Amino acid sequence: MGFIIGICCNTLFFILLLMKVKEAWKSNVALASVLINCVLSSSLAIPALQGKPFEQSFYGGFVFGQIPIRIDALSAWFILLMNFTVLTGILYGRRYMKHYEHQNTHLTLHFCSYITNHFAMICIYCVQNTFAFLCVWEIMAITSFIMIIFEHTKIETLKAGINYLIQSHVSIMFMTLGFIWVNSYTGSFDFNAIATYSSSVNQAIGFILFLCFFVAFGIKAGFVPFHTWLPYAHPAAPAHVSGMMSGVIIKLGIYGILRMLLLIKGDYLITGYFILVISIITGVYGVLLALVQHNLKKLLAYHSIENIGIIGIGMGIGSIGLGLDNTYLAFAGFAGALLHTLNHSLFKSLLFYCAGTVYQATHTMDIERLGGIIKKMPQTALLFLVAALAICGLPPFNGFISEFLIYSGLFNSISNLQLTSTTFLVASIFGLVIIGGMAMLCFTKAFGIIFPGLARQEQPVSMREAEPSKLFPKYLIALFIVFIGIAPQFIVSVVSVPVTQFTGENIYMTQPKEFMNTLQTISIAAFLFILLCIAIIWIRKMANKNSQIVVAPTWGCAYATPSYKLQYTANSYVRSFRKLVSYVLMMNKAEGEIKDVFPKPIFSSTHPYDRLEMLLINIPLMHLKGFVGRFKFLQNGKTQFYILYGVFFIFIIIILPILANIIKDLLGLIRQI
Amino acid sequence: MVSLLLIVTASLFFTGIIIRTKSILSGRKGPGIFQPMKDIWRLFRKGSVFSETSSVIFQIAPSIYFASVLMAIFLIPFGNMPGIISFKGDIIFFAYILALGKFFNIISALDTGSSFSGMGASREALYSLLVEPAFFILMGSSALLTGHTSFHEIFSSLHFGSHISYAVGTLAALVLIIIALVENSRMPVDDPKTHLELTMVHEVMILDNSGFDLGLIHYATNLKFAMYGALIANFFLTPGYELYYSIPIFIGVQILFAMVVGFVESFMARFRMNHNPQFIIMLTSISLLIFLGVLLILGKFV
Repeated sequence: MGFIIGICCNTLFFILLLMKVKEAWKSNVALASVLINCVLSSSLAIPALQGKPFEQSFYGGFVFGQIPIRIDALSAWFILLMNFTVLTGILYGRRYMKHYEHQNTHLTLHFCSYITNHFAMICIYCVQNTFAFLCVWEIMAITSFIMIIFEHTKIETLKAGINYLIQSHVSIMFMTLGFIWVNSYTGSFDFNAIATYSSSVNQAIGFILFLCFFVAFGIKAGFVPFHTWLPYAHPAAPAHVSGMMSGVIIKLGIYGILRMLLLIKGDYLITGYFILVISIITGVYGVLLALVQHNLKKLLAYHSIENIGIIGIGMGIGSIGLGLDNTYLAFAGFAGALLHTLNHSLFKSLLFYCAGTVYQATHTMDIERLGGIIKKMPQTALLFLVAALAICGLPPFNGFISEFLIYSGLFNSISNLQLTSTTFLVASIFGLVIIGGMAMLCFTKAFGIIFPGLARQEQPVSMREAEPSKLFPKYLIALFIVFIGIAPQFIVSVVSVPVTQFTGENIYMTQPKEFMNTLQTISIAAFLFILLCIAIIWIRKMANKNSQIVVAPTWGCAYATPSYKLQYTANSYVRSFRKLVSYVLMMNKAEGEIKDVFPKPIFSSTHPYDRLEMLLINIPLMHLKGFVGRFKFLQNGKTQFYILYGVFFIFIIIILPILANIIKDLLGLIRQI
Repeated sequence: MVSLLLIVTASLFFTGIIIRTKSILSGRKGPGIFQPMKDIWRLFRKGSVFSETSSVIFQIAPSIYFASVLMAIFLIPFGNMPGIISFKGDIIFFAYILALGKFFNIISALDTGSSFSGMGASREALYSLLVEPAFFILMGSSALLTGHTSFHEIFSSLHFGSHISYAVGTLAALVLIIIALVENSRMPVDDPKTHLELTMVHEVMILDNSGFDLGLIHYATNLKFAMYGALIANFFLTPGYELYYSIPIFIGVQILFAMVVGFVESFMARFRMNHNPQFIIMLTSISLLIFLGVLLILGKFV
């Protein structure tokens, strides 16, 4: 009780304070509020992660009934990783928002939403009363909507925001459906009722209940085909909000699915296969679309879908492991999924923050117009490189560790399973490898076009490295990325606590130890590799000391006047791959033709579009519009008619039961005859 | 340790043998087998020219690339002797550390701002993306067959029994040879001796490298060849053999491998660029065939 009141009061107090203080102070007030909420929630989460769960229950009035507050290891893990990203988000955001300081009221609203959002997310992770859960979920959805539409004067931003709002309410609808279903059978709002209900019915019904929740949380997480809101919402928001959305808000969906996996005791094998197949599709499809994107933030948003796919693969093989009683597979899968959740929140927020810095320096997000930024902003380039290497899952960075856990689960269990499971595992190895390869293609494109080389467009003269206070949160994240990469054993020992919630206590002694030994060796290998790099660079330096170094123009293959326009473009970089997969993608191409003797300037443009969005959203929507359009004559703007409709409605309501009674009597009569 | 020494030794003469084979097949005498190494040594002592467009990425990338190849070699076992580092799942580390080197190679090519380098980078990235599944499925099949996930354990418990397993072994060697050809940008996919930048893959990426860096990249190629040779050799080093058997087998396999590469390069023309992906995807299907073969051996189809 004290805890909830604490964060409630803190949030309310700071919201009131925000309205009173001067513009320059708003960001600091928001920072203070986030800090206090972080400390409060972490103080409960850290013991929970050490195996001492927190549980309390208070009476929430007649409507809510008893509201249990439970922080177990799973919640604690998510609370801690969320706190970190929200904190770095506000640290970066308060510098980022300096550009908008003249928009006083907007800033107040923005920061209010930011801290309310943080509060709502803490509650989502610990409230276990379905009704209260829905309320805080709604608060989260609305506050993030407000944050997305910060630049509401742009029409795309508003469209993206409304798209997000609608889809998140579809998600809430499914969630409500699931909760009502359980409540109608058990009469309880407690999450534990879901567990008791699902164990009392047969497994098929349990699976359908899980499916209902999966759709609800899958929309939030961005599983294909529920991903369509994501690539609009992320680019529209300010950089720190995109970083936070991609880093933690979509993870609420992952948390929900994991929580439901814990509660719904169904057939884990079928559930696992289901999640696995959806996740492989999600991963591959997400990265495919990312490849053809040339808007940096949109590209990063599609990569979030891909990473959700990887997390899903982890959860899928974890459930398969549970279904087959293969504890190794279960441990590797869930540990990989949970760790990748953390890792993704780190490198993706870093990438978004770097993208924000680049945006504020160049005022464009179009990769084709960027280039040569590394010379003006070397530190941002370095940070982006670290994050790019991490997201490709390359050692010695953190992305490798979580992918390694998933891979090792797959490879280890491949030999002692039945044919069906083996086939699924090989398919997921194939999927993971393809995802990894495409991610590498994509991030060599993103880094290689934006940072090195020459500028493809005239850059502002004032462009320079971001100030230290903007770089500090990024370095903080980068440090964490490298730390997990070179000393994975510590973080895996932490993550093994929430994992045991899934796998059960009995294997607590064996699996983590086995992994720990392997990870110890990986850590040695990572150090060895870094040493090798340093040694070779040193040798190179020594060797180059005595030799002559000349600086000359790039060898243009005998082309006399090299120009920045001769550089390879992002589009041509991925062209050969795009051709290979052209039947999956949808490239809307427009080209001008050369006509006449004196031709006008011609153009050529490509707009990649999501084929699934076309199939699942746009076409049904078009048909719906067409259908509803037939009733347009009803809306004729005359008040008399509207009153008439009302009268009609009341009339029908009254007449219906009477009609029903008459039909019933008639039927009775016929039967008597 | 033994494997590292042997691979380094093999790398000294590997490309030499390829060139010698090609020379003899085309009716020339050809240079000595240590000529490529002498060229590399000469490069090491030369000065460098750096592009004014390039940044620090261009300076460090060749070193990191070389380090990644060395690191991958550290994982290769020799018969039943483990590599310098060996752990469960090192096959994954192997593939990813090589990918790291490639990442740096690609961004350093883009760093020069040359359109040709960009073209090469794009192709290299694409081919390595396509070739990766083949390697992973091959390793997955080995894991399925032996129940282990590290190079050392796989190779020390791999033994041939039935006819199918011989077929699988041969196919595996074939896949590894083709992977090596693709990864090292050799003949049917890329022609290292071509003189037109538009048709190059790997060579055009390193157009701007010179001096020590170019030497590093060239030597890394040799090492990579010898590394894949060592992997193939490991398939045939039946564990338990004494060193005086296995070392000659190892050297023999390396020489044979080099000669095969020379043969292929003498009698095959480079594919058209748009046929390359098909060729590489074929590789994945062969490795799927191996996987099915392993399933057959284990009798999982019942």
